[in-house]
Amino acid sequence: MITEIGHFSLIFAFVLSLCQSLAPIYAARKSIDAIHNVTIRLAILNAIFVLISFSCLVWAFIVSDFSVALVAEHSHSSKPLIYKISGSWGNHEGSLLMWIVILSVFGAGLALTQKTMGLLQKSATLGMQGVISAAFIAFSLFTSNPFERLSVPALNGNGLNPVLQDIGLALHPPTLYVGYVGLSLAFSFAVAGLITNSVDRNWARYMRVWVQIAWCALTLGIGLGSWWAYYELGWGGWWFWDPVENASLMPWLVATALLHSVIVVEQRDLLKSWTVLLAITGFSLSLLGTFIVRSGLLTSVHSFASDPTRGLFILSILIFSIGPPLLLFAIQGPKIKTNGYLHLLSRETGLVINNFLLICASIIVLIGTFYPIALEIATGMKITVGPPYFEATFNPIMALLVIMMGIGPFLVWKRGILPKSNQIWIVAIAGTTVISAISFWASPELSISALAGIATAGWLGITILCDIFVKIQKLNRNSDFWPHILHLQWGMWIAHFGIVIFLVGALGDGIYKTESVARMHIGDKISLGSDSAVLQDISTRNGRNYEALVATLKLSDSDNKQIGMLYPEKRIYPVERQTTTEAAIRQTVTADYYAVLGEGNRADGYTVRLYHKPFVSWIWIGVIMMASGVATSIIIQRLKPKHTQTALTS
Amino acid sequence: MSPKLKRLILFGVAAIFLATAVGLTVSALKENIVYFYTPSEIDTLEIGNRAIRMGGLVQKDSIRIDGLTARFVVEDVNSQQAVIYTGALPDIFRGGQGVIVEGKFNNDTFNADTVMAKHDEQYMPREVADKLKEQGVWQGEATK
Repeated sequence: MITEIGHFSLIFAFVLSLCQSLAPIYAARKSIDAIHNVTIRLAILNAIFVLISFSCLVWAFIVSDFSVALVAEHSHSSKPLIYKISGSWGNHEGSLLMWIVILSVFGAGLALTQKTMGLLQKSATLGMQGVISAAFIAFSLFTSNPFERLSVPALNGNGLNPVLQDIGLALHPPTLYVGYVGLSLAFSFAVAGLITNSVDRNWARYMRVWVQIAWCALTLGIGLGSWWAYYELGWGGWWFWDPVENASLMPWLVATALLHSVIVVEQRDLLKSWTVLLAITGFSLSLLGTFIVRSGLLTSVHSFASDPTRGLFILSILIFSIGPPLLLFAIQGPKIKTNGYLHLLSRETGLVINNFLLICASIIVLIGTFYPIALEIATGMKITVGPPYFEATFNPIMALLVIMMGIGPFLVWKRGILPKSNQIWIVAIAGTTVISAISFWASPELSISALAGIATAGWLGITILCDIFVKIQKLNRNSDFWPHILHLQWGMWIAHFGIVIFLVGALGDGIYKTESVARMHIGDKISLGSDSAVLQDISTRNGRNYEALVATLKLSDSDNKQIGMLYPEKRIYPVERQTTTEAAIRQTVTADYYAVLGEGNRADGYTVRLYHKPFVSWIWIGVIMMASGVATSIIIQRLKPKHTQTALTS
Repeated sequence: MSPKLKRLILFGVAAIFLATAVGLTVSALKENIVYFYTPSEIDTLEIGNRAIRMGGLVQKDSIRIDGLTARFVVEDVNSQQAVIYTGALPDIFRGGQGVIVEGKFNNDTFNADTVMAKHDEQYMPREVADKLKEQGVWQGEATK
């Protein structure tokens, strides 16, 4: 019964989406403004019905209703509750429904907020959102209906892939989807802006917050995914340049460019066509990301549902989402009037460079990800493009970007002049030199690229601190110091400093990590740099829905003083007939110790892998900082009194 | 400076930069491509000392483990190749399983740096499945 309610709500939502997409057109034809209000109501109703539908699916998973095909295939009654719930989006059909939920919630979010926005513009934007929603609900209903019943109910389910039974993975897809789908709203803004010919500073002001929300979620989603890969896959790495990781990185790079270019539109009424193009591209790349994961086109750890027909459906949505908007852009784009004028040495030029580098980087990732497919289609050759390609191309571009990030914030809008006093640059360059010299002195065997990495990270950190110092000093002369200090660009500083922290983690782990592997019997010792570990015991343990083999490793430093105990596990899930590796991680601020128990038996011994990974946890602290920086910026914008808004930022 | 000249400079700089980036990308791509072959393809090709990926099935009962060094045979219908690998093997590594190894040939033995098998018993690397289909020995689609 509940399942049928879910199914019918989804069908109803489909009809509502169609109405939502047609209402603005009808209203414009008949010139009845009141109908635009209908679009807004439809968007809210649509979200309500989609939410009902999704709740029904989650309910079927919670009560383990095995008459529903999806539940029987992906759940099991012995699973802990949290993974029963997360199991509802741990598969193709459910994750698609979640995608639709987020899409319509974003639509309803716009419908319920930004009351000052022009009615026509808002209605047109929601209409576009309705088109996307209708397409995806159709996709769900016709090719991958989550509410399909089995003619004979199953006695119990197949279970969820054990690798997916994990809190990181319960949270990773929803967060990532909020990011992907949030970009749909920027896309709708762009298309609506083109149709109604209203791409201006106001348009940017309304769109900006949605881009920021989407960006935060996308950043956190990618961070969560990488964190999950780090502790769950047991390979000791945190980024593998896997096609699916790349698929999420491309929209992130474009969204980052958009996040910056939309400020230029808001402040200077420049880069308008470019921003529209970025908004369209960002969402298209999100769709491409979904397509890659779903189609099984690329071999990856993530391809949990590969069915060519589904892939084709997304591919056609993708073509329709890129083709017509680009055509529209070709027709309407020239009508966008630019009122400003770009000065060579100004904040806006800095942001143009930022955009240029980010787009270069995403093209590099795009080539590395799709070249193998293109080559296979063209010649039948099967190849892989590995991490060395990305390291040789992506990293230098990013280094340039980081250097520019140190300079850009000092530039002012319009007629830019660099700070008059040379002190800042002296401090920054001297500081960078000292940092590089110290790291070279500490380990002279460092490669040039490693040193360059450390220098750029140091440069960025110091220039941000200088920037904060300069901006606060400028304020000092003002009478009302405290309100103004809160309105400074704290969001940007936190986000940019997050990158410094991230770089410390990435470089620390990349340059200084140590690794050792050995086949060990009980009592054997393995050394790791100056530390060592003794395998004290191998025992078995029964978990809720698995059996585990647990190793006890005692970790000691060079003076034989105990650092801590590590308990890596190997879990066997009888229902799914699978084995997973549970790495043991001893996490501290300065370094992680990471142990993995491999195959083996008592007679021959067990393979044990140990890693020492300096600063690795800073990677995710940095990611959290970046997201909270942008969140801070959203809050500060809301707190600022309207009249000081332009005065302070220009 | 006239606006036109400024725009020209900006586009010029961008173009030069872009050309460098494209050059870098293409050369990096050329150097870092790893080709994928099946055991029987290897018999007919001159591989030399290039790094490649080889995919096939681990021959049943061919696995010999000595400390950290594992020796096994990767086969398809027409050919077998001996592989030697030092390091930790993936969880699900056993005879009869699909596997991809990456490394170089040294004489007639494949020295693998990486052994890839998935965290899934029914998993077959797509490249392997395709090749097996080509050779007509595909055992049918494993269940989802």
